[in-house]
Amino acid sequence: MNIHEYQAKQLLAQYGVAVPEGDVCDTPEAARKIAETLLAKGATLIAVKSQIHSGGRGKGTFKSGYQGGVKLCKTADDVYEKAKAMLGNVLVTKQTGAEGRLVSKLLIAAAPHIDKELYLAVLLDRSSSRPIVMASTEGGMDIEEVAAKTPEKIVKETIDPAVGIMPYQARKISAALGLKGDLIAQGAKLLMGVYKTSWECDASLVEINPLCIIQGADGKPTLMAVDAKLSLDDNALYRHQNIQAMRDLNEEAPLEIEASKYSLNYIKLDGNIACLVNGAGLAMATMDIIQHFGGRPANFLDVGGGASKEQVTAAFKIILQDPHVKGILVNIFGGIMDCNVIATGIVAAVKETGLKLPLVVRLEGNNVDAGKKTLADSGLPIISGTSMSDAAQRVVKEVKN
Amino acid sequence: MSILVKSDTKLLVQGITGSFGARHTQLSLAYGTQVVAGVTPGKGGQLFENKVPIFDTVAQAMKQTGATASAIFVPPPFAADAILEGVDAGLDLVVCITEGIPVNDMVKVKRAMEGKKTRLIGPNCPGVVTPGGGKDSYGGCRIGIAPGYIHKKGKIGVVSRSGTLTYEAVWQLTCRGVGQSTCVGIGGDPVNGTSHLDVIKMFNADPETEGIIMIGEIGGSAEEEAAEWIQKNCKKPVAGFIAGATAPPGRRMGHAGAIVSGGKGTAAAKIAAFKAAGIGIAATPSEMADTLLKMM
Repeated sequence: MNIHEYQAKQLLAQYGVAVPEGDVCDTPEAARKIAETLLAKGATLIAVKSQIHSGGRGKGTFKSGYQGGVKLCKTADDVYEKAKAMLGNVLVTKQTGAEGRLVSKLLIAAAPHIDKELYLAVLLDRSSSRPIVMASTEGGMDIEEVAAKTPEKIVKETIDPAVGIMPYQARKISAALGLKGDLIAQGAKLLMGVYKTSWECDASLVEINPLCIIQGADGKPTLMAVDAKLSLDDNALYRHQNIQAMRDLNEEAPLEIEASKYSLNYIKLDGNIACLVNGAGLAMATMDIIQHFGGRPANFLDVGGGASKEQVTAAFKIILQDPHVKGILVNIFGGIMDCNVIATGIVAAVKETGLKLPLVVRLEGNNVDAGKKTLADSGLPIISGTSMSDAAQRVVKEVKN
Repeated sequence: MSILVKSDTKLLVQGITGSFGARHTQLSLAYGTQVVAGVTPGKGGQLFENKVPIFDTVAQAMKQTGATASAIFVPPPFAADAILEGVDAGLDLVVCITEGIPVNDMVKVKRAMEGKKTRLIGPNCPGVVTPGGGKDSYGGCRIGIAPGYIHKKGKIGVVSRSGTLTYEAVWQLTCRGVGQSTCVGIGGDPVNGTSHLDVIKMFNADPETEGIIMIGEIGGSAEEEAAEWIQKNCKKPVAGFIAGATAPPGRRMGHAGAIVSGGKGTAAAKIAAFKAAGIGIAATPSEMADTLLKMM
């Protein structure tokens, strides 16, 4: 699960990580009020930041034509105008796809004077099965680009989960980031806070980009997490009620939310051949084989190991809500589950939804003969595939005709 | 021979009284697997299906029955504890079927297992099957949730992260009259007990395994690491398939581990590594068995 920048900053602040002062709002009036408070406290520049689950917001374009989902303002009136231009409009960034995301919340925050931008992240290193802290002097940039062009500018520190991050490790990273004097200890404290946020919240990724050296109120340099991204481990959400409450359903595709109600794992793609498969690996492989034979998969859909008739019907209804779908491929390897139960579910679903699109079914496994007979006896124009490859070729051909 | 388990391996089941654990224990018993004990805290002294004794702890079950391997079916919040109980008791093999264990729990489990003799397979995996010589491979050792009847006793090793894709490969082999030595599902999570490479090394050392099918998927770099080792050390033909060539970056494809992030873990990179290592590549998942058989 992903959360918004303002939510990530709330969590980080709880672990002692310095973030810019600010608040979230959903009206231009409230935006003005927050700005007035911040200006009264001495801020000279105010950032107005669209809250959507996407990077590249600053360079995004609203469908209204308005440029930029992040703006800097000097007055509360300007904040009001910018907020008005953003709220209720759809922002398209390089990560959102053409459909974009509706901006319904803004983060209004003091924009500090930035001396230098750094990068900091905590994530899982799969090869060592341990968390790592990753940092770079090249902040504010796309870290994948840094990794590709100047990998020597990225430092990594593996954390032993038995003891957690040690202060010496945090100091080591601070030094590698070029911090000097008081900033070494400050950087170490901030780093430990970021690591603790990641570990205790069960985050799969915490990314601070940029982590900034700014001019503090006393004129001395200080560190601050100016932007923050946090992704959570879905499997661990059950033990974090406060984070569950941060879920924003507006950021999730409606069909994916609908599918999750039936314990179906559905991800919409941009092709026109829908697939319904049992098992995640087989579902991925089914998408691949459709593409191999020249078709384009419309979705990933895993009905799980013990799919019921109700789930199959729900799966068909979800697939059919995608207007791009021109054909359906059902690929079931019924190891333990009875193929005839699945076949009965398919027949019921086709009748209930009045399916008009070509449907190719490949059944294999337990009680497969009875399953095939059920499909054949249904009187429905269901095309049977003898193997995965045969079924994929048939559905691709049907859709092209 | 086989790897990890043999027909006479004595198995205990942690979470034997839950509906999922009970159903698959029945299927393992029907397959002829030596299920000698169950463990459910608080139900010690009872019998499962009127024949398998249930114990309160793994240590008691091992002491009384001589079990050396365990299948875990307990719910996700309790799975890490169940694994470490098996490790503490000194089991040779723990196979964790449970899906949905928090990643940090597994990070801690792996750390705690360092230096211990127990091998962990999974979590979030279909388990391990060493087929038997009877009808529909009856008499083998089935740990987990794989359908027993699709197997056939023989000489091909199969290793995969995914359940149904393993069944697909196994069934393709069996339909061509080719049997399997052992089939291992290592699981779809980002942190697991046993990697592709670990299993490949065991197959390579097993005198009766003559060929290997390795099925991978997007995410991580475990397939690349296995490929590199195979190129240098493996004496046996290996055929492979990588699922997820069409998966968009940044989206988790069902399995928590199946995600392309930061430009890493793409199908293209894995397929390139397979090619460089001389691993036969099945162009489609329908050709996994044929690809290997052509190499043998």
